[in-house]
Amino acid sequence: MTVETINKNQQENIISDRQARKSFFSIFLKWEWLLFVLILLVIFINTRLSPFFLNAINLSRTSSDFMEIGLMMLPMVLIIVTGNIDLSVASNMGMSASLMGLMHNMGINIWLAALAGLTLGTLGGVLNGYLVAYVKLPSLVVTLGTFAFFRGIAFGFLGDQAARNYPSQFTFIGQGRVFDTLIPFSVVLFIALALIFGLVLHRTIIGRQLYAIGNNEPAAKYSGVPVEKIKFILFIVSGFISALAGLVLAARFGSTRPDNGTGLELAVITAAVLGGLDINGGKGSMYGATLALVLIGLLRFGMGLLNIQSQVQSMVIGLLLIVSILVPHIGQQIRFLKQVKFRWQSILMTVGLLVVFTAFFIFFFWSRAPIIAQF
Amino acid sequence: MTTQISRRTTPRINVWDLLARFREVGIIVFILLLGAVVTLRAPSFLTVNNFRDILMNISILAIVALGQTIVILTKGIDLSVSSMIGLVAMMVGFVMRQYPETPIFLIVLLGMALGTIAGSFNSIIITFGKVPPIIATLGTLSVYRGLVFFYSGGTWVNSFELPQSIKMLSKGRLFGVPNLILIALFISIIVYLFLKFTRTGRNIYAVGSNVEAAEYAGIRPQRIIFLVYLISGLLSGIGAVLWVSRFESAQTNTALGFELQTVTAAVIGGVSISGGVGTVTGVVLGAILLGIIQNALTLVRISPFWQLAAQGLLILIAVVLDKVIYTRVARN
Repeated sequence: MTVETINKNQQENIISDRQARKSFFSIFLKWEWLLFVLILLVIFINTRLSPFFLNAINLSRTSSDFMEIGLMMLPMVLIIVTGNIDLSVASNMGMSASLMGLMHNMGINIWLAALAGLTLGTLGGVLNGYLVAYVKLPSLVVTLGTFAFFRGIAFGFLGDQAARNYPSQFTFIGQGRVFDTLIPFSVVLFIALALIFGLVLHRTIIGRQLYAIGNNEPAAKYSGVPVEKIKFILFIVSGFISALAGLVLAARFGSTRPDNGTGLELAVITAAVLGGLDINGGKGSMYGATLALVLIGLLRFGMGLLNIQSQVQSMVIGLLLIVSILVPHIGQQIRFLKQVKFRWQSILMTVGLLVVFTAFFIFFFWSRAPIIAQF
Repeated sequence: MTTQISRRTTPRINVWDLLARFREVGIIVFILLLGAVVTLRAPSFLTVNNFRDILMNISILAIVALGQTIVILTKGIDLSVSSMIGLVAMMVGFVMRQYPETPIFLIVLLGMALGTIAGSFNSIIITFGKVPPIIATLGTLSVYRGLVFFYSGGTWVNSFELPQSIKMLSKGRLFGVPNLILIALFISIIVYLFLKFTRTGRNIYAVGSNVEAAEYAGIRPQRIIFLVYLISGLLSGIGAVLWVSRFESAQTNTALGFELQTVTAAVIGGVSISGGVGTVTGVVLGAILLGIIQNALTLVRISPFWQLAAQGLLILIAVVLDKVIYTRVARN
């Protein structure tokens, strides 16, 4: 087995060495291009299905719907590249927006309240970062804890109340448009931050160090990468950006409730992973993640125009997520299956599973039909 | 002088030795401390009725968290448990509404079968498709939830539409103990025996500790990983039937967000997220701790709005405490 794998690895290395001059088309096999093609496909199909899809006002409105997810995705990309994860982003945005709402309700200046919200969000990031980087707890465990903790603080601040009546200067962050054009302010904010984060990830030493940590943390540490410090800072940045996203969401809704943004963390991670990031770290790019965000946004917008339920929309995104990772492996699997000799057990198992699944779907529709017929 | 030092150090080493041998001691100490503090504030905490309530509340959590534990032991994670519960609960609810005369054991079997099939989808995607578990189950989390909506068309099953037999499944009593607690206990014992004394159970630990070493030892890791998600689905299926039975309804948002609770119970119980470490006793204690925290916060009259925050904080403290104790043990 070892000899085989080593040979295989060598082969793969040789292939990847040659790839540079191998073929012109190989650059199109990159994941980012596939996403680009998918986006074009979605636009094409949607324009056929609905005349309202390519409407500038509609597109401008819908683009601001995804900016909170996009903002939180930026630091998440860096965190996933280092092989960590931050599940607390959505709770953090709820917490900081709730503090801002509470202070606004008490009559404090909105900008002061926003500053307090940003500070609290950053402090939340400090807590995450400290526990991950210096106490050395797994990030999944820590952020699972703060996921409940931050959301709880949000409920503690506002309870069953909501904050409303934000001044129009503030709601401009979420609803306003730049210079009377159709481009929403939040989109400009997102693009500016995406450029900064993308440059940091792809054009600086810190970016290379992030990949080094993701590929092999002990090795990175021995070669002088300040692993703890980088992780600490990453989580602080994530906390700050989550708080910022919370403000954008509050400004867009014109109100704050403590359950604002519940469940967005999974949307953020979905966008990042669909963009070609390896959840184990060390792989992926900012372009891919941004393209995936656009793809998800357009898909949801298109399905919304066709009056498809939001849960079914999530189902489609979930399927897309699985298929996007499944497809690149199918070629490998087929090659693998060719090497394996014919075995009656595997045939039996495949047939058995097919029978079981067919039975499941027959049962699924059979037990559902009479009740649906009543309505 | 020297004697003084040795007198001081000897008992310490014994304590750490004890801690090293029983990983669960940390969490037991935490439970006892919490219990003592709460009893001082609210004496009604230490009553049989209250403990029955706590155990009733965590039974389903314990069952599903055990499935989650088996998955985490192999370095995986199953985020789709909550949606599997939602889907199976809805399907079981629909069948019960239409055929109220169905014997209860058939319904339990149906729930187990449906859960296993849902789990096998995960298995196939993860083992054959080579998709990382967290991504695969994140995807099926929304796929199964979408199926719940698709299946029910947005409707739900009410309490009065369900027959008495399924309600009695969890509420009936044997020697004064509710069935639900007995079922959870029974399943915990089976999982304990399975993980501790069967070859497959030991193989699960082996695969989680070191896949390559396990492969050299003649274990087929892919088979174990396939099995693990099946078991998680099976236990979620049982959890779903019990959920319908306990809450007497099947809704489209049944068990929404439950997946993170099961992971929390497992992690508090000392299951390592990087695989290979964890015991059934620890997970059951973790679930009990979660139940006690929830119950205690109500008894101590903390405002319901702050309860979630206190829960999160206590979870963080428990995890950090566990880590501190563990590093001290490892150092000794």
